[in-house]
Amino acid sequence: MSRADTELPGREEGLQLLRGMQRIRRFEDRAAELYSAMKIRGFLHLYNGQEAVAVGVLQALHEDDAVVATYREHGHALAAGLPMGEVMAELYGREQGSSGGRGGSMHIFDAEHRFYGGQAIVAGGLPLAVGLALADQMQHRPRVTACFFGEGAAAEGEFHEALNLAALWTLPVLFVCENNLYAMGTALGRSQAETDIHARAGGYGIESTALDGMDVVAVAAAARAAVTGIREDGKPRFLECHTYRFRAHSMFDAQLYRPREEIEAWKKRCPIMGLRQRLLAAELATEADFAALEQDIEAEVEAAVAFAEAGSWEPVEQLASHVMTEREA
Amino acid sequence: MSAARTTYREAVRAAIRAALLDDERVFLMGEDVGSYGGCFGVSKGLLEEFGPERIRDTPLSESGFTGAGIGAALGGMRPIVEIMTVNFSLLALDQIVNSAATIRHMSDGQFSVPLVIRMATGAGRQLAAQHSHSLESFYAHVPGIRVVAPATLEDARGMLPAALADPDPVVIFEHTSLYNLEGELAEDAGAVDLDRAAIRRPGRDVTLVTHGGSLAKTLAAAATLAEEGIEAEVIDLRSLRPLDDATIIASVSRTRRAVMVDEGWRTMSLAAELVTRIVEQAFYELDAPLARVCTAEVPIPYPAHLEQAALPSADKIVAAARRLTGG
Ligand SMILES: Cc1ncc(C[n+]2csc(CCOP(=O)(O)OP(=O)(O)O)c2C)c(N)n1
Repeated sequence: MSRADTELPGREEGLQLLRGMQRIRRFEDRAAELYSAMKIRGFLHLYNGQEAVAVGVLQALHEDDAVVATYREHGHALAAGLPMGEVMAELYGREQGSSGGRGGSMHIFDAEHRFYGGQAIVAGGLPLAVGLALADQMQHRPRVTACFFGEGAAAEGEFHEALNLAALWTLPVLFVCENNLYAMGTALGRSQAETDIHARAGGYGIESTALDGMDVVAVAAAARAAVTGIREDGKPRFLECHTYRFRAHSMFDAQLYRPREEIEAWKKRCPIMGLRQRLLAAELATEADFAALEQDIEAEVEAAVAFAEAGSWEPVEQLASHVMTEREA
Repeated sequence: MSAARTTYREAVRAAIRAALLDDERVFLMGEDVGSYGGCFGVSKGLLEEFGPERIRDTPLSESGFTGAGIGAALGGMRPIVEIMTVNFSLLALDQIVNSAATIRHMSDGQFSVPLVIRMATGAGRQLAAQHSHSLESFYAHVPGIRVVAPATLEDARGMLPAALADPDPVVIFEHTSLYNLEGELAEDAGAVDLDRAAIRRPGRDVTLVTHGGSLAKTLAAAATLAEEGIEAEVIDLRSLRPLDDATIIASVSRTRRAVMVDEGWRTMSLAAELVTRIVEQAFYELDAPLARVCTAEVPIPYPAHLEQAALPSADKIVAAARRLTGG
């Protein structure tokens, strides 16, 4: 599907999508700086380049729908409405973070937003999403569970087990494969016999679509159609979004596994630049709009950093709390 | 209070049935739990009574349906996941260890996983190396889950409702040799506590610590020892995580001698953990070295004589206790 095929939304929605992506980009650029400044440690998997997927998909969900994501989930957390300050504080490991600082970048949880992680075992989140949807089905709640994962996950057994269960039991799961072509350094074509991931979902009888994941308008439209379909018939849907991560797998790697020209070519398809150009060309927005938006976001990100900086460390005495539910003696 | 004759299998079934009647959120899922009636016949008849939604046959997808159980628990249900045997649970180890056990702590208490996983364990039926494991210690190693092993009819009936009432994941190990165990069970039997070990036979000369399928062998050994004038105290751990140190230490402090009886392999075993705790907490109370009766360090062989040679037996327990008591 090419960009020209997807109809631009109006000014307000266009700017909203742009804001969503720009927030993630700016948040993560700042997180990368803070990583170099050693404020953030551990693994930090940036979503840079893939923002259209989280933003496009999550705008299609309702408040009481659930999200299961991976270790590359800052974008999903922000797009799902988690407060930016809490997400940044989580990256710092502060107790004001989304998970009280205990999860860090890879394990963002938020009960209020039904955000179930932050799952860092590749494909481990898919069965959980199936179970959440099963609970909704059994309790007759008309909700959707969106489950994000990379194309690398499609080689895991849990991917196949989960798709089979979701199809077999007619469960309201929206599977979203973010095909960025590489699982760490392993190119899809070098690791999977069938590289057309959405066709594999089709093999389980799941209605599936492949689309340009660099085009937020296309993603939003596909996600709306899929979610509407799920709400109508309760059956799972599968979206394969073709996308690309612009940066290393985690903070640093030598990127020996992919040619520089390939990276440059994909960067030309940056989802943020793409939408800006289209909004300008359609005269739906001006450079001044973008500048205002950027200024807003800059302030939000700086406030988030200040919130994280001002945060506190969980007292060591609480190390073992919540291993098990505290019970009355 | 009246009691009725029943079996361990029927007691587990009665527990599942009562839970299904009691709480709409409870459902049973696993391979062959429905039409087949459970690979050990535990759920026979439940499909007819409760229907395929709540007695849910799954495909062969241990990781998939265990993970789905975790997700359903997160979504407000109270699933009972049956994994046929511990041997196949290795395919679900990821979900149990990486998801069920971590989510509460990692989410800072925002989410808990009220899931019950039942699985059969153990050897003794000539099923050879891939169907005879006793891997309770794998699970008992992991913070974030509870591990219990019902060895009696009361516990077969009572641990499941207690586990369902628990807000955290509970793994229940049912030794395959126990399903045909017969006895009397009070008609109003219900939930039991999950925390305490039980003294199944009091004695003053040596403590024998065991659980699950080894309890019968250990009690038989104690009876033999009694004929020789050695009074053995038999502790049934019941809970493998957390361990009830207080009961064990109090007993060993009285008897001053102890043998651990564990169908797991000796190396890195539950028995090893028990020995360590006793040494840490009651070293100066001991009058003899501690001893272990475990399974020989071999994959379980098929022929009966070799299988029996590999497993703990009453004779081996008696011999170990005699050595400690100078008998
Ligand atoms: C089961 C498992 N195996 C290996 C890893 C190490 N690992 C982390 S991310 C990753 C690559 C995953 O690629 P993909 O699913 O395509 O997602 P992406 O990182 O591209 O978002 C690997 C191998 C892991 N976390 N889990």
